[in-house]
Amino acid sequence: MEWSIRLVASASIIVIFLILLFVMREAATLFVSASTTATESTSSSAPSGDLVPESYDPGAADAPSSSEPEVYNPDAEEPATAEPAGEPGAPGQFIYASKNPKYPEIYNPDTGLLPADIDDVESEAETPDTLARQNVLTKLAGDSWQPVGEVPKFGLAPLLIGTAKTTIIAILIGAPLGILAALYVAFFAKRRVREFVKPAIELLAGFPSVVIGFFCLVTVASFIQDLTGVQYRLNAVVGGIGLSLAVIPIVFSIAEDALSAVPKTLREASLALGSTEWQTAYRVMLPAAAPGVFAAVLLGIGRAFGETMIAIMATGNAPLSSLSPLEPARTVAATIGSEMGEVVWGSEHYGVLFFMGVILFVFSFSLNAVTELYVKKRLIKKFQGQ
Amino acid sequence: MAKDLPLKIEAHDFSFYYGAKQALHSITLGIPERRVTAFIGPSGCGKSTFLRSINRMNDLIDGTKTDGHMVVDGVDVYSKDIDVVTLRRRIGMVFQKSIPFPKSIYENITYGLTLNERPSKSDLDSIVESCLRRSALWDEVKDRLHHSALGLSGGQQQRLCIARAVAINPDILLMDEPCSALDPISTGKVEELITELKDTYTIVLVTHNMQQAARVSDFTGFFLMGSLIEFDRTRSIFTSPSKKETEDYITGRFG
Ligand SMILES: Nc1ncnc2c1ncn2[C@@H]1O[C@H](COP(=O)(O)OP(=O)(O)O)[C@@H](O)[C@H]1O
Ligand SMILES: [Mg+2]
Repeated sequence: MEWSIRLVASASIIVIFLILLFVMREAATLFVSASTTATESTSSSAPSGDLVPESYDPGAADAPSSSEPEVYNPDAEEPATAEPAGEPGAPGQFIYASKNPKYPEIYNPDTGLLPADIDDVESEAETPDTLARQNVLTKLAGDSWQPVGEVPKFGLAPLLIGTAKTTIIAILIGAPLGILAALYVAFFAKRRVREFVKPAIELLAGFPSVVIGFFCLVTVASFIQDLTGVQYRLNAVVGGIGLSLAVIPIVFSIAEDALSAVPKTLREASLALGSTEWQTAYRVMLPAAAPGVFAAVLLGIGRAFGETMIAIMATGNAPLSSLSPLEPARTVAATIGSEMGEVVWGSEHYGVLFFMGVILFVFSFSLNAVTELYVKKRLIKKFQGQ
Repeated sequence: MAKDLPLKIEAHDFSFYYGAKQALHSITLGIPERRVTAFIGPSGCGKSTFLRSINRMNDLIDGTKTDGHMVVDGVDVYSKDIDVVTLRRRIGMVFQKSIPFPKSIYENITYGLTLNERPSKSDLDSIVESCLRRSALWDEVKDRLHHSALGLSGGQQQRLCIARAVAINPDILLMDEPCSALDPISTGKVEELITELKDTYTIVLVTHNMQQAARVSDFTGFFLMGSLIEFDRTRSIFTSPSKKETEDYITGRFG
């Protein structure tokens, strides 16, 4: 029995690491030089090209007549060239064909540079590797996200701003409501009310997020627009409200467990000192459950910035750099969710999407690590004097 | 029974029910002011129930019911216009198991004081010190006031709880077997403390340790199966009990 549990446990850990490795490897293609990238992508994608030729046609990349180079083109005119496997440094397989004279401004995978940077190429041509890397970073640091433009722009700023906006709104709404609901159910509700409310809120956690997104898209958006007369029907507030609907049940459920786990004797001791139920709840029980409640909020944050479907449907999904909560926003997760389906395999855009996956992972990982190592101790010290 | 002493708490035909189960049967007694009154009796006889009826802690249990009157300072605490929170502020309580809040020692003491007011820092400091001195804890904890109360020993925790109850300056201190989880040395310290506090407070002490009742109390009530069998000066109860059951109990024939 024990060995099978161990097996399952280690298998799941291994799977988690494999997923992470996969995401990082795909993202890493961004940062190695263009030619190396080409080789790697070629060798990894070629087999699928062989076996399932209709799924991905590298030849399409060479089609210079394509006016929308980022679109997958199964009707490539030169099927004969659809066999670049094993050909090291075949850069032409990328969509952004450099040989096309019609699009001189297009990204050139040979150098990894935009035409605007061509001057630099001359001076630093000896180290294309460094150049490519710098260039990728410069692009990621840009301030607009237009991955399918003629000059694709991969500035992450609008996405990070959008993520921060919606996550903050979602947490500002979701965490207090979730915690208050947990306090109510744990300490104030009559038993029959508790038995009804607790599962009802937790049921919301199992709600398909597409339904929540739909609800926000239709109902909440109109409500907010009527209320504020805002210009954009879908905006970060609507998205934040939608995300908070996903956050509340998580915060509620975990916070309620933490609050119920506080010994009832503490409540008696506090009431015996002449405090009200409410004072007892927020001055004794809540601090006593602080680590659990904090973990609840943290998981809520994780849910908010990781949530994809609600973010796609309710935020307006426009990558604006605006800080205004009443303007549309687009989150990192929503970007991956909405663009991964149509991105060209192995392209720079593809690498950037995976890179954003790494960002999401690193963010939630460091959020948890910082909490575990630092904040939790401080919190316990602050509220419990240890 | 000393009729000359002013009574702080009076029960008149007081009965208590947990749902359908009657736990107290028509208790009538008067607890004199600024004395230590002890309740003894075998476990399950209703001592805690009676004690918790005085500050209405039993309200927290669903489906309870009372009958008769419980009068504190001339007012029936079960009458409709009584504010339970105010009532409890006048009646400190110490529980069987010490229950320090998971906060610092300092915050444990100041908790009751800061509920409705914002006393100045220096006021709080001096109250903390005087309460800790009264509970003979000051020398042991003065260097770690801002450390967690959970780091104290069991005996220290219980004295902290007494200090915490004393801090809100109640008239009455209810103690439900405050020493049952303590070692003899800590018990001695708590008993000393009780003796010291009785000049200021009306103390009601539940104990199943008869020696303790004999040592610290002025009056003793003997409960059996939810009824008050005998209530008198401690000396009389232990030297010449008037009831057969009391004598059997204190001579150790049952209980
Ligand atoms: N919360 C409760 N619900 C139901 N019955 C209770 C409850 N608390 C105590 N009782 C019953 O009331 C009687 C008196 O209990 P208690 O006052 O705790 O006795 P003591 O403190 O003298 O040991 C016992 O029979 C006990 O089983
Ligand atoms: Mg008891």
